[in-house]
Amino acid sequence: MKTTKLILGLFAIATLALSSCKKDNNTSDIDPNRKGDIGLHFDNRAGAQDLVLNTQTYQNALGQDVNLSMFKYYISNIKLINKDGSTFTYPKDQSYFLVNEADANTQEIELTNVPEGDYTGVTFTVGVDSLKSTAPLAERTGVLDPAVGAAGMYWMWNSGYIFMKMEGTSPAAPLDTASGTRPFFYHIGLFGGYSTPTINNIKTVTVSFGSSVASVRQAKTSAPEAHLYVDALKVLNGTTNINIANYPVVMANPYSANIANNYKEMFSLDHVHND
Amino acid sequence: MRAFGFICVALLLVVAGCKKEDAKTPFEGFASPANFPQPTYNFAGNAVTEPGFLLGKKLFYDGRLSRDGSISCASCHISFSAFSHVDHSVSHGIDDRLGIRNAPAIQNMAWERFFFWDGGVFDLDLFSINPIQNHEEMDDTIPNVIAKLKADPEYVRQFKAAFGTEDVTPTRMFQALSQFMCMLVSNDSKYDKVLKGTATFTSAENLGKVAFEQKCASCHSGILFTDRTFKNNGLSLTGDLGRARVTLNPKDDHCFKVPSLRNIAKTNPYMHDGRFSTLERVLDHYASGVQNTPTLDTLLKQNGQLGIALTNDEKANIILFLNTLTDETFIKNPLFAQ
Ligand code: HEC
Ligand code: HEC
Repeated sequence: MKTTKLILGLFAIATLALSSCKKDNNTSDIDPNRKGDIGLHFDNRAGAQDLVLNTQTYQNALGQDVNLSMFKYYISNIKLINKDGSTFTYPKDQSYFLVNEADANTQEIELTNVPEGDYTGVTFTVGVDSLKSTAPLAERTGVLDPAVGAAGMYWMWNSGYIFMKMEGTSPAAPLDTASGTRPFFYHIGLFGGYSTPTINNIKTVTVSFGSSVASVRQAKTSAPEAHLYVDALKVLNGTTNINIANYPVVMANPYSANIANNYKEMFSLDHVHND
Repeated sequence: MRAFGFICVALLLVVAGCKKEDAKTPFEGFASPANFPQPTYNFAGNAVTEPGFLLGKKLFYDGRLSRDGSISCASCHISFSAFSHVDHSVSHGIDDRLGIRNAPAIQNMAWERFFFWDGGVFDLDLFSINPIQNHEEMDDTIPNVIAKLKADPEYVRQFKAAFGTEDVTPTRMFQALSQFMCMLVSNDSKYDKVLKGTATFTSAENLGKVAFEQKCASCHSGILFTDRTFKNNGLSLTGDLGRARVTLNPKDDHCFKVPSLRNIAKTNPYMHDGRFSTLERVLDHYASGVQNTPTLDTLLKQNGQLGIALTNDEKANIILFLNTLTDETFIKNPLFAQ
């Protein structure tokens, strides 16, 4: 009796498991009128290691030691690429996020009300698009409110958001006598100018999910999640290896374009999981 | 009976008449003078209302917007000098940036396209965060200021009157300040009265006007006395790159906003760093002080001549003309004063 029950039980579990597998893979089960959720996880790294602020020392490509105290960036205008070739644009007014290494909550972006589908990649802006950068104050809420959510990520004197902010110390940086430390500051922004064109550091990045898909289904109890690696050292390394000795402070100046071109390459896929 | 009725009616009329005189003039809101261009401020997003204006005015004059309560907007923008900082070459207690600049007049802001001498801010609503958070200027944080305002029931009442609910938010604070600043319209100087036909220039003022139109109005143009561009007018250079800080274009090195000249007699000292104390010095600069630097505006180096040819009479007459741009109605308007 006991064994029969057990077998029956196992059988039931197996069918359930099978049917749920089927559900995930069978595209005919997809109804874009049904909505589900999907998570994007931004896992900040330093090369192959998990990024640790303040206490860990890393090296840039030029062999300069760096210690990071701050790493933040805007992710906006998210689009999901569907296996069927279409894209789903997440509602623009909800599509602004500020990822902050110092606050784990900001590293999980939860997209809700996404049409069912098998998604093969994601496209987003690193920074804040020029339309929002020039929008009326009342339309700048949440992480875009210059006085609150965007505090520290907004240039008051040169109206515009800082898209990526990295600060830290390095023996290569010049000594700041006031603090007795050797700090560096990379505050990268510039949306192209309000009326006179200037540098545009808005970057669009696409990360493919490779051979995986993220299956969004309304019935799912746990949403699929795409885990992205974000290699902070790529801010310093890439087409232009940043020499901290020569460029300890890069803010609203032409050299910022080199750093923006570097960091647009910092995103890659870790893995996608569907349960 | 008839006589009594008549007296009653007469009395009523008198009473009504008295009432009318006693009542303060109703708040008229923002009105663009007919001979001004289209305002640039987005009134659709923040219409001026009486409670909004009054809230903005209260904020403008309130020291609680600074860390130690000692400095308000009006400390540096004083009504009797057309809301400029008269007699201070560079405004007090300022950090690397504002410390090098002279506080301009706050007038006709609704027509301004860019704020600051380098035009770094393109929306009046985005301006006021600067002086409040600038750590040498008012040195407070917005969350701190908001907490102070929330603790004051009178402010809560005024925010509700202005914006419909009791929420005291930074956005509303900035919008109220904008409402106050947009109301600071100067268009009743002698110059304006001459245009309206209610005053006449003296012959010297007239000569000054003619000389001004020939020699200055290419940049200080139109009814606002500015073409609203950024130029290098030949000052000897300092480390302040001006407009190029914003555009990152070397062509804009040492270019600054062409300022309006309305109320200019009241807003000394002059230029972005307040280097000239009088209008005489300004005219001397244009006549004989213009420096040939790489971005000098071509109007100031025509036919191989640096600067603007001006006789002493022309200089004196231009100053007399500039004095006609003083608008006592504006400067003394009790609606705007503390
Ligand atoms: C300590 C002096 C000081 C205080 C206090 C101050 N300002 Fe100013 N203000 C300045 C200076 C200096 C400038 C010019 C700075 C520049 O161009 O770089 C300026 C510029 C401005 C401008 C731009 C005008 C234009 O034509 O470009 C506005 C608007 C303004 N202030 C409003 C305010 C408001 C509102 C407050 C209060 C919240 C305030 N200011 C407080 C000194 C001050
Ligand atoms: C090529 C354009 C140009 C011409 C022509 C010109 N100006 Fe200016 N003017 C400017 C600019 C730009 C500034 C601000 C410069 C600065 O502060 O760096 C200025 C500033 C001034 C100021 C100081 C305003 C203030 O608020 O501090 C006065 C006064 C003035 N000009 C008067 C004149 C007169 C009078 C003439 C004719 C004799 C004249 N300007 C011709 C461009 C011009």
